[in-house]
Order: sequence, then C-alpha cells, then structure tokens
Amino acid sequence: MSDKKAEPYIKFRCKDVRVHYGQNEALHGIDIEIPDNGVTAFIGPSGCGKSTFLRVFNRMNDTIEGARVSGSILMDGEDIYDKNLDPVLLRARVGMVFQKPNPFPKSIYDNVAYGPKIHGLTTSKAEMDHLVEKSLKRAGLWAEVKDRLKSPGTGLSGGQQQRLVIARAIAVSPEVILMDEPASALDPIATAKLEALIDELKERYCIVIVTHSMAQAARISDKTAFFHMGDLVEFGPTEMIFTNPGNSRTQDYITGRTG
Amino acid sequence: MSQIENPETKSKKKKNRKSGKKPHKMTSLHNSEAALLRLKKRRAKEGRFILWGRLAIGFAVASLMWLLFSLVGTGYTAFTQHFITLDVKLEASILDPTDIRDPEKLRAANYRRLIQTSMQAQIEGVTDRKEKRALFNLVSASGATNYVRQKVYKNPNLVGQTLTVTVPTSDEVDQLLKGYIDRETPEARRKVSNQQIEWIDELVDRGVIKPKFNTIFFTGTDSRDPELAGIASAVVGSLMLLSVAFILAFPIGVGAAIYLDEFAPKNKWTDLIEININNLAAVPSIVFGLLGLAVFLNFFGMPRSAPLVGGMVLALRAFPTITIATRAALRSVSPSITNGALSVGASHVQAVFHHKLPLAAPGILTGTIIGMAQVLGETAPLLMIGMVAFVTEIPTSVMEPASALPVQIFLWSDSAERAWSERTSAAIIILLLVLITMNGFAIWLRNKLEKRR
Amino acid sequence: MNSIVAYILMLLIISVIAGFAFNFTAAQKRITLYKGVDVKSERVYHSQSGYHGYLTAWLIGISGFLIFLGGLFLRPDTGGLIFNTVWIGVLILTAASITYLCNQRIRPEFRARTHVERLVIGALIVLSAIAVFTTLGIILSLLFESLRFFDKVPFTEFLFGTQWSPQMALRADQAGQSGSFGAVPIFAGTFLIMLIAMAIAGPIGLMIAVYLSEYASKRVRAYVKPAIEILAGIPTVVYGFFALLTVGPTIRNLAEGFGFSVPTQSAISAGVVMGVMIIPLISSLSDDVINSVPQNLRDGSYALGATKSETMKKVIFAGALPGIIGAFLLAISRAIGETMIVVMAAGRAANLTGNPFEAVTTVTVQIVALLTGDQEFDSPKTLAAFALGLVLFVITLILNVIALTIVRKYRERYD
Repeated sequence: MSDKKAEPYIKFRCKDVRVHYGQNEALHGIDIEIPDNGVTAFIGPSGCGKSTFLRVFNRMNDTIEGARVSGSILMDGEDIYDKNLDPVLLRARVGMVFQKPNPFPKSIYDNVAYGPKIHGLTTSKAEMDHLVEKSLKRAGLWAEVKDRLKSPGTGLSGGQQQRLVIARAIAVSPEVILMDEPASALDPIATAKLEALIDELKERYCIVIVTHSMAQAARISDKTAFFHMGDLVEFGPTEMIFTNPGNSRTQDYITGRTG
Repeated sequence: MSQIENPETKSKKKKNRKSGKKPHKMTSLHNSEAALLRLKKRRAKEGRFILWGRLAIGFAVASLMWLLFSLVGTGYTAFTQHFITLDVKLEASILDPTDIRDPEKLRAANYRRLIQTSMQAQIEGVTDRKEKRALFNLVSASGATNYVRQKVYKNPNLVGQTLTVTVPTSDEVDQLLKGYIDRETPEARRKVSNQQIEWIDELVDRGVIKPKFNTIFFTGTDSRDPELAGIASAVVGSLMLLSVAFILAFPIGVGAAIYLDEFAPKNKWTDLIEININNLAAVPSIVFGLLGLAVFLNFFGMPRSAPLVGGMVLALRAFPTITIATRAALRSVSPSITNGALSVGASHVQAVFHHKLPLAAPGILTGTIIGMAQVLGETAPLLMIGMVAFVTEIPTSVMEPASALPVQIFLWSDSAERAWSERTSAAIIILLLVLITMNGFAIWLRNKLEKRR
Repeated sequence: MNSIVAYILMLLIISVIAGFAFNFTAAQKRITLYKGVDVKSERVYHSQSGYHGYLTAWLIGISGFLIFLGGLFLRPDTGGLIFNTVWIGVLILTAASITYLCNQRIRPEFRARTHVERLVIGALIVLSAIAVFTTLGIILSLLFESLRFFDKVPFTEFLFGTQWSPQMALRADQAGQSGSFGAVPIFAGTFLIMLIAMAIAGPIGLMIAVYLSEYASKRVRAYVKPAIEILAGIPTVVYGFFALLTVGPTIRNLAEGFGFSVPTQSAISAGVVMGVMIIPLISSLSDDVINSVPQNLRDGSYALGATKSETMKKVIFAGALPGIIGAFLLAISRAIGETMIVVMAAGRAANLTGNPFEAVTTVTVQIVALLTGDQEFDSPKTLAAFALGLVLFVITLILNVIALTIVRKYRERYD
C-alpha cells in the first residue's frame, strides 16, 4: 500500500496488531509501516481505534487495566513488546502529547526539567539550564516564558501549555513524538501556531498525529491512515488519500457522508 | 498485560539492530551503557518502593489478624460454662420452721445451708469446717442460692420436696476445667487447692459437673461474680441509645444536608453552618460528653446514666456523619433530574423531595448506617454522663440508669482475672459481629451504588 | 411521672394525624366535587388537597410541640391533676381551632402549598442550625466551667506548671495538700503518644493508599480494602482492651528479653495501638487525595518514561501535598482527642518524661479520671476537667479548621 519511490527509512513496522480491552477487540489486526522524519496522520470517526493504536507505540496501553496488545510492532527492527524491553526506556525514546494539555503542577522550568532529571540526562545545573532553554526554544515558547520560568506551568494559556508539554517531551531527546489530537482543546490561533511548530519539528523527529480534523491532516501530514471501526482502511500519501481515495469508505468519510 | 513494567532489563538492544539498513538516526542517549546502568538503579528504587507498600499493607493486615485472633482466642471459651447438677432437699426445718409459708420469710431463709448440705451429699466424708467451706466454694454461691430462692419464692409448696437444680460452678472451677488454671503450679499460688481438684475431677467423672452453652452470658446482667455476669442489660441499653440517637440524628443530619445543598443561599451564615458541621465530625468524642455533662445534666437537670441523655449526646456526635454522607449523595444525583422536575411545573421543594431524595436514598442510608455504627461503638462520652453505673437490672425505659455494650466492656476490662477477660473478649466478639455486619452492609450498599453509576 | 409526658406526646401525634386527615378529606371533597374548579367563581384551586392537610398538620405539630415544651417547663414537681387537665385541654383546643381555621381557608385562591413549603424550608433551617448551637453549647459550657476553674487556680500555673496531682485535701488539717494543677506533664504525655501513633500511622497509611491506588491488582484491592475498613470500624474501647490484654504484655515480655523493665501500661503500647487505629483514617483520606489528581498528569509522566514510583513521588505527591498535609492534621487531631485507648493502656501517672517505655498520662485520660467516680461539682478537681476539655477543643478545632480549609482549597483546584 505504501508508496516507496524514495525508499524512506521505516521507523515502525506493525504486523497484525490487535488490542483488546477485556473481552472487546478494539483493533482488528493492523498492518502498517510508519516512515521516519515526517508527519503521519491517523484520521477516522471517533471510536475507530486511532487513539488506541497511537498508544501502542509507546506502550501507554499497559497502564490501562485489562488492555492487551498482540501482534508485532518493530521499532528500528526491534520488538517493542519484547518481555525484556523496559517500557520506561521505550517511552524515553517515544514521546507523547495528549489531547488535553497536562502540565505538572510545578514551575515551567521544573516541567521541562522533569524528564531529563528522572532519566539522569544532565550532570550539572548549567547543563540543565541549557537543556531547558533549548527545549523551550525548539517548542517555540522561549520568548514567551523566559522571564517567568519559575511561575507555575498551569498558569499558561491552553496553547502555551500544549507547547510546554511538547518542550517537556523534547527535553528527553525522543526519536518519535506521538500526538493525540493535540489541537482539539485549542482556539484557531493557538492551533495555527501549533501546526507551524509541528511543521518545524518534523525535520528532526518522526511525528505521528491523531486528528479528527481532516483539514488539519491535509495541512500538516505527509502520509495519512484512515481508520474505521477498528480497521485500517487505507494508508498512503496525504494528497492521494484526499484527492483519490482507493476505498469507498474513505471517500464517504472525506466527503462527509459518514462520520 | 497489567504486569508490564518488568524490572529486569537485559541489554540485548545492540545486537537487535540487524534489519539490514543502517539506523537512520539513533540517539544513543537512551541506549548507552550509562543509561542502562541508570535504569537498573531506577528499577531497584521502584522495587524498594513497592516493597514498602507491601510491608505497609502487611503490617495493617497482620495487626488486624493479631487483634481478631487474640480476642477470639481469649473470648470463645466464654460461650460455654461448667454447670453442676445438685439435688437440693428443701427442708422445712431450715426454710420455714414456723410453717406458715410466708413468701417474705421464705425469701430471707438460709439457702446457703441447703446448698452446703446438698454439696456434702455429693462428696462423702467431708466433716471438717474448713473442708466444708472449700467444698461449698466449688459452686457459684450467689448463683445457686438465688436460683433456689426464686424457685421457692414463686412456689412455696415446694418446701419439703427435693429439687434437682443445674447451677453454674464457681469461676475457679470453670477456669480450671477450661485449662486456664495450671494444675502444675504450687498449691499455695493456685486459687484451687489439691483437695478441691480431687473433688472436681471426681464430680466431672460422675457427670455431675458438665460444660454447657453459657446462656447466662446472654440473659444475665452485670454481676460481681463472673460466672453470673451477662450482657443483657448492656445490650438493651445499647439498643435504647441507638434508637434515641437515630430518632434525633437522622432528621437533623438529613435536614441540614438538604438545606445546605438545595435551599441555602451562599452567604456567611451558610458557610458558618458548613464549617461547623465539618468540624463537629472531627471534634473528639469526649468533648461531646463534657457538653452533655454541663448542659443536659447540670443545666437542664436530666437524670444521670440515662439512655435518653446518652442518646442525645451520641446523636450530636453522629449527625455530622449523616450530613456529610447525605450531601455527597445529593450531589451525585444529576442536576438534570431537578431540571426535569422543574420543567414540568414542580416547585423546588417538590423537585427535591419527590425526585432527588429517592435517588439519593441509598447513599443516605449508607451514611446513616455508618453513623449508627459509630454510636454503637462509642464509649468516652458515656463515661462523662455517668453511664458507668453497676447496672444489675435490665432497663425498661430510657430514663432509667443503663449501661451500654462498650461501657460494659470497659468496666469488665478493669478486672485482671482470666474469667473476666474471657467475658470481656466474648462481649467484644458480639459487638464486633454486630458492627462488622452493619459496616459490611453499608459497604455492600455503596459498592452496589458505584457499580450502577 | 413519665406517663403524663408520654400521654401528651401521643396526644400530640394523634392530633397532628387527625388534623391532616380532616382537612385533607375536606379539601378532597370540595376539589373533586367541582373537578378542581370552584363553580361559583370558576377558579382553579391553587393547591392540591394534600397540601391543605399538610398545612394543618404542620401548624398543629409546631404549636403543639411548643405547648408540650411549655408544659414540661411550667410543670410543678408534684404533677397535679389540675395542671395536667389544663395542659391536655390547651393542646386539644389549639389543635381543634387550627383545624377549623385551616378548614375555612380551603378556597381556590389559598396557596396552601406555598405555605407548607415555607414551613418545610423553615424546619430545614432550624435543623441545620443545630450544628451551630452544638458548637456554641460546647464552647460556652467549656468556657464557663473553665473560668470558674481559673478563679481558683491561676491560668499560668495551669498552663506552665509541671506538677499535676489533683487530689484535694480530705481534711482541713491537710492544708499542705491542696492539689496542684500544672498541666505540662499531661500535655507532654499527649504529645508523646500522638508522636508515636503518627510515626506508625503516617508512613504506613500513606504507603497503603499509594500501593492500593497505583500498584495493587483488582484482587488484592478486593481483599485489602475491606480489611482496612474493618480496622476503621473497630470501636476504640476494643483497641484499648487489645492494648491492655495483648500488646502491653507482649512489649513487656519483649523488653524483659532484652533486660529492660517496661510496665504493661506504657506510652509505647498505647501509641502503637493508636497508630494502628489511625492507619485507616490516613489511608482513606490520602486515597481520596491521590485519586483526585487527574489521570492525565500520570499519563504525562509515564509518557516521558517515568516509573510509577517516580511519578508518585515527583508528580502526584507534588500535586497532592496539601491534601496529604490536611489528612495528617486531621489524624493528629484524632490522636490527641482519642480517649479509650489511652485510658485503658497508657496509665494515669502524670510523669514528665520523653521515654516512651514509661507510663504517661494524657488530657483525655485525666478528663475521664477527674469526672468518673464521686464528684462535687464545684471542686477545682472537677472543674479542671473542663479546663482540659477546653484546651483539647481549641487545639483540635484549630487543627480541623486548617485541615478542612486546605483540603477544600485542594479539591477546588482539580474540580
């Protein structure tokens, strides 16, 4: 299905991924290959399993009682569900941004420094200061908060909070950033800023984004996957999905007949 | 897959980078030896943290087990007691020399002699005065004499006949036969003499002394003799306390909650009431006892030791619990219920009483049960208003002196003898059974509620 | 003496029911007769028939209760036939006239429901005011008796004196032994036992809450939670007996094994048992607090690669700290005010000591000791109990109010 003319490096290879919540099967065998460097968007109606699938990549489903994941998910060729792989390590490499901004009830500085601190990434205060500044700059927030690093992160506006959360994820030096409808709680201006940021970040990181806004997917993503009722219906370059979908269900969704 | 976070992490990542293509971009940051070493340390910390959690739970559960086992272990033997069966000749010469069968005279007669004689009939060759007394000491002195006296008083025609009675042995005999008095200890330091042990063994062999279910414990009242002591008066006192407290605390608790949640304007007065109720729920219970002593007893001159006063004090103690539970229950009912009722033209009062309260009822019930369980277990305030009296009669009204089960436990706990601690523990077993049933029912109700939501 | 009171109460109940029944049926007849419409004026009745009955019942209930109370208050000690007849007569007369007046008001425009609802709300206000009156009663009675105590014993001696022996002189010639009321040893004993209890209950209760909410599987929770709840439901007198019967002797025997001599009643045995008693309080309050930290903060921390314990210590505790402090303050207040365990297990000797292996006494123990048994109400010995009670109430009040404010602020933060 995937278009391979440039032979891009594949970050994730998924085969027959199924997720169960208790007795319920939420995903019915997904096969997908997600390229490095670039934005891959998951779209589909609500309840289609796109968010569940996103949480497969950093094993966040493990934290939900009764959730089971089967199938194989290889990241850089290694099975991330290997019994010997510590999810803590995986999550350091695969960052995540949630639907609702969730800064910790700490200062802006401490929010960003939290990840590096627990992973022991810096050895001195100066190094940490530098890392915090770099991360905030990369998240495009530095100019707005550099004078009030000690004030609580929860005091920022929604859009700023979401960028703070991105800075927090970047500070751990991940390879992948997962975003679960990151703009759904934001106003249009904050959304535009966030989209611009994602556009910059995709040079460095592999970004997978779940969105229910097709316009957003069309604007920012390089590749798009359409999910429906727990199945991956279609996956391909974004222009192709939006202009010439191969599947009638995709067509119906995109043209607004279902959803 | 709930047990994912697994502590051991083997560094097999290096060889896993096989897939032909060279890793496009690999942050070594999280895979380096140093990172793995740090991870190992972090995992060890995590393990220690979990261990602390398990130890804490272990401590709490072990404490509970220790408490229950030690109380049940001490108390279960109190549910049986040894009884002695005697043939008592009701000789007219002793009971009624004048032969006029006056019940009052009969009541005052010397029943001790009768019991002594019938004990001597059981063991042959006891002539010495000291020996006679030792023999008499095997039977519960007041238990046996009172029992026979009551029989004769009720039916004076029995005089001259022989009555077969089964009466409790003295508590020493009971304790010896239950194995709590060590036969190996030197005689001087033992409450039962060698001679007595011989007699006891003989009487047991002949089937004269037998263990039976201890009905006295359930029908008797407080007594100076452990073998005659029972919890009946305390249980009745507790039930009276409970009724009075319920009648007062339930309307106060629920009414205050309804007012605060539904009708109260948001102002200083409402805030004051709210702070007061929350604080009262955490005020030490003994302070309520002081309030009862100063206000109900000394100011209003109500009677000491009465369940009415105790119930009033405990109602003040319990109603904040009910209020807090009721408010939580009311808040958990969706506001759309009220809106729905209002939209069909019901008044606010009607909406609350017809629609909201029924839906909140299980929550209110849970809070009430928990509050009443508190009332049943409360001791300290009752000490303040004099409910520590030695009550030997079952009270018949809420104005009479009464005891309560927890107070009875407190009073008995003062006596060091094994026979008393056995009965104290048995009373505790009864109290705990009732409380655990009440609390269990409340918890069951709450869980059912949570599931439905 | 009591039978007339019971009769009056019964009569009151009967007249309330009768008043309701009478006007309910009267209203029902009229309203159903004209199908809810008054034929003469062609107006719809405002209130349903039941409300006319309720209004009668409420009014009879309120005025009858006042007559009942007034009678109780005015009643001569001898009782008296005349008095009782008047009492009953007034009650019946009032009930009858209220029923008649209400009956006259059964008209379309009469807003019986509105009146009933006003009465209902009024009753609710009275019920909720009882909380305030209870607190007021506590404060006034404690303050009043304490002031009488401080008339006889100087305030400073009470607060700062180190000698506590409240026995009063039995005979006039024992002038030297007028009793001394220095409460410092009592405060010290209370503090010592509270510290021991908190040293046990604080960490253990907190760890139980953490483990149950973050680590325990459903099955473990299903067993451990009820066990903790049983612990919470055990009356304190039972804990006291447990300390006396089992824990005290065990500690004494253990200490003897090490060559120490520890009395059966000691600060340590009372403190340990009190700690066990407080564990459920701390664990359930902390559990509430921890669970009210939103899940998305946990998710955020896990997604950064934090372990559960790191998330707990650095994110959740940081967020939940005020709530946890509030829980601890409430627990301290409970420990200070706890009575039965210390009465039974801590001893009565007023030792000024920091040694947990000695017998100490507490505020609550002394209140019980001073007020049980023979007492004359005016002796400083009895009044001292109220002074101690006042101290106890003020300290726990301060702790409770701080704790409740913190917890409330904290709840609002995540609501």
